[in-house]
Amino acid sequence: MTVVHSSSMLEVNGLTRTYGKLIAITGVSFRADCGETIGLLGPNGAGKTTTVSIIAGLLSPDSGEVLIEGKQVKSDTDPVKLKIGLVPQDMALYDQLTARENLTFFAALYSLAGAKAKQPIAEALNLVGLSDRAGEKVGTFSGGMKRRLNLAAALLHDPQILLLDEPTVGVDPQSRNAIFENLETLKKRGKTLIYTTHYMEEAERLCDRIVIIDHGKVVADDTLEGLHKLLPVTNVIAIELDLADGFKPEEMLALSEVKSAKLQQSTLRVGVHDLSRGAPGILRWLADNGHSYHQVSSEQPDLETVFLTLTGKSLRDS
Amino acid sequence: MIPFLALVRKDLKLFSNDRKAVVVGLLVPIVLASFFGYLFGGQSGNAEMSKIPVLVIDQDGSDISRGLITRLTGEKNLDVKPSTLDAARQAVRKGKATVAIVIPKDFGRDAGHAFFTAASKPELGVLYDPSHSLEFGMVKGILSGAVMQSVSKEMFAGKSGREMVNESLAQVENNSQLPAQDRKALRDLLGGVKELNEERDRAGAAGQGELPGGLTMPYETREEAITSGQDVEYNGYAHSFGGMGVQFILFMGLDVGIALLMLRQSGLWQRLRAAPLSRTTLLGSRAVSASLIAGFILLVLFGFARIVFGVHIRGSFAGFLGVCAAFSLMTAAFGLMVAALGETVEATRGYSIMATLIMVMLGGAWVPTFIFPMWLQKLTVIIPTRWAMDGLDGMTWRGLGFSSALAPIAVLLLFTLLFGVVAVMRFRWRTEA
Repeated sequence: MTVVHSSSMLEVNGLTRTYGKLIAITGVSFRADCGETIGLLGPNGAGKTTTVSIIAGLLSPDSGEVLIEGKQVKSDTDPVKLKIGLVPQDMALYDQLTARENLTFFAALYSLAGAKAKQPIAEALNLVGLSDRAGEKVGTFSGGMKRRLNLAAALLHDPQILLLDEPTVGVDPQSRNAIFENLETLKKRGKTLIYTTHYMEEAERLCDRIVIIDHGKVVADDTLEGLHKLLPVTNVIAIELDLADGFKPEEMLALSEVKSAKLQQSTLRVGVHDLSRGAPGILRWLADNGHSYHQVSSEQPDLETVFLTLTGKSLRDS
Repeated sequence: MIPFLALVRKDLKLFSNDRKAVVVGLLVPIVLASFFGYLFGGQSGNAEMSKIPVLVIDQDGSDISRGLITRLTGEKNLDVKPSTLDAARQAVRKGKATVAIVIPKDFGRDAGHAFFTAASKPELGVLYDPSHSLEFGMVKGILSGAVMQSVSKEMFAGKSGREMVNESLAQVENNSQLPAQDRKALRDLLGGVKELNEERDRAGAAGQGELPGGLTMPYETREEAITSGQDVEYNGYAHSFGGMGVQFILFMGLDVGIALLMLRQSGLWQRLRAAPLSRTTLLGSRAVSASLIAGFILLVLFGFARIVFGVHIRGSFAGFLGVCAAFSLMTAAFGLMVAALGETVEATRGYSIMATLIMVMLGGAWVPTFIFPMWLQKLTVIIPTRWAMDGLDGMTWRGLGFSSALAPIAVLLLFTLLFGVVAVMRFRWRTEA
């Protein structure tokens, strides 16, 4: 029996999909409330795109269901689909047409034509900063501009849910920032964003909650703070040693506050649960054992560390 | 309806924006059709045919051999030149001559003997290029007629013929083994020929001129090309423009299929599928746009053919439009079927090009189907292009009425239905993640 949350915009319940013997996803469940941004984080091949494809109605699950405001998409022409805007990972634009012609076409797919389409097209172009290039063929655009237009094309029918499948793949940092600003604007407008990525910094910057997927399974679903709590250490003290030769970091594990210790060249990284309680003891131990240092700083572990902790492997190497 | 029209309009815009597609779709078939039309008779339908190069080696030098060469030289379809045996053999081997005729020594005498008696027949040597078997057959026919006329003329009216008649009469009289009845018959025949020759001599002496002699063809032919009407000449461009139109529209249909296959692998397909669009809208709009493009190509081709080469729709114009529309729909359905059955773009392109070329070839778009073996001609009724070509030929230069367009239209629509059903049933709607 499905329990529908009162403010739940999207519910994904127990999705499973296989391709022959390959299990793409199994038992994937999460939900997104109105105005919430959910990050689907996982390495390539983890099952993020399969999940998004099922939500968008491009794929049927072997089992499980997707509910949009409590309703399932029942047919190709189901009006429930109007609530979804998809930004595919691959560029979904016609290079031979101008930006405006592209948007006019995509608006018409949602039965928006003539005067009804004019305003949404202008607003979408304005949002992604391409109003002055509207009459130019998309083939002449840079990768970043195409990515922004790719986003604009999904906004024309004013969907409540935006499915963004790695929308910043292959773009320069400047364009990535521009896309982020666009998404933050949409978030402020109350849109529900489902954002797949394997860039942790993107998820950290944008998402209210993060669903970590690995090998087709959800391994964590929480806020950033909640995920940090899953870590054995919540802070890392980075110490630049004057002389690292012969230093044995494992000796530090004898200290009760120290949960991990790693030496990379002359930088010693020590993991602790409580920075204020752990730091004095560590620095004292270094002094007592004749290890001088010239710089001390603290770091908070990022999602990379979270992923490493949860799956036992690095996100980018997976 | 807005999405459907937008999809059709988008396809038409993409086609018109793609200059390469327009060039391939219009200019190339026009050039090829013009070329093929010229080869197959051109505008007047009686363009001068290439003469068959024939070499003659006269080892006899008799009146009969000279007469034979004169007759062959006078044939409008032959380009006859004297040669030697070695040179002729080399020329045929190199393809510079199609046939070489060797008239052996004493051919005239031996042929004369064999004409009236059971004497052994002399052999005419004929060297020929096996890659020109059709032309060889034609030369053999002309040669038979020319030999009969030359030998008979010499036998009935020539000097050597008279000598041979006298000689044969003597042989008949002296042949004791000849049955009496046969002897009488031969004596009458040869005596009659002798009398006839003497009559000619007397007429010549009296100044009445030389009388014609020898056997001649006992008939004349009156040739009439059956086209759309009396005095309407066959226009070879009508067929060639139809053929090339059919070929390039099929290629266009193929492109539609390949493009759809590629689209399925792109983000665009995901965006289309995410929109609230029915499958009928997605595939139907593609079929309509492909049909419109196909119809446009056909009309431009025939428009060009009319202005430049005077090709007219001599038959039913409605029938012509019906055949064009049915073929356009069939092509669109063919393209969708290619997209439905195709696995990878590369493999699909390969096998569908092969299928298209076979359809074009067997449909008679390149060369008329009558040169095919009979079993193959019968087989081509299962090829949709054959019906398209028959329909277009019927409505253009044959000048047939609308009723003659009904069968091609019906068959093409049946193929449309068949291809369309296969396309819809086999189309993989779900995208791969």
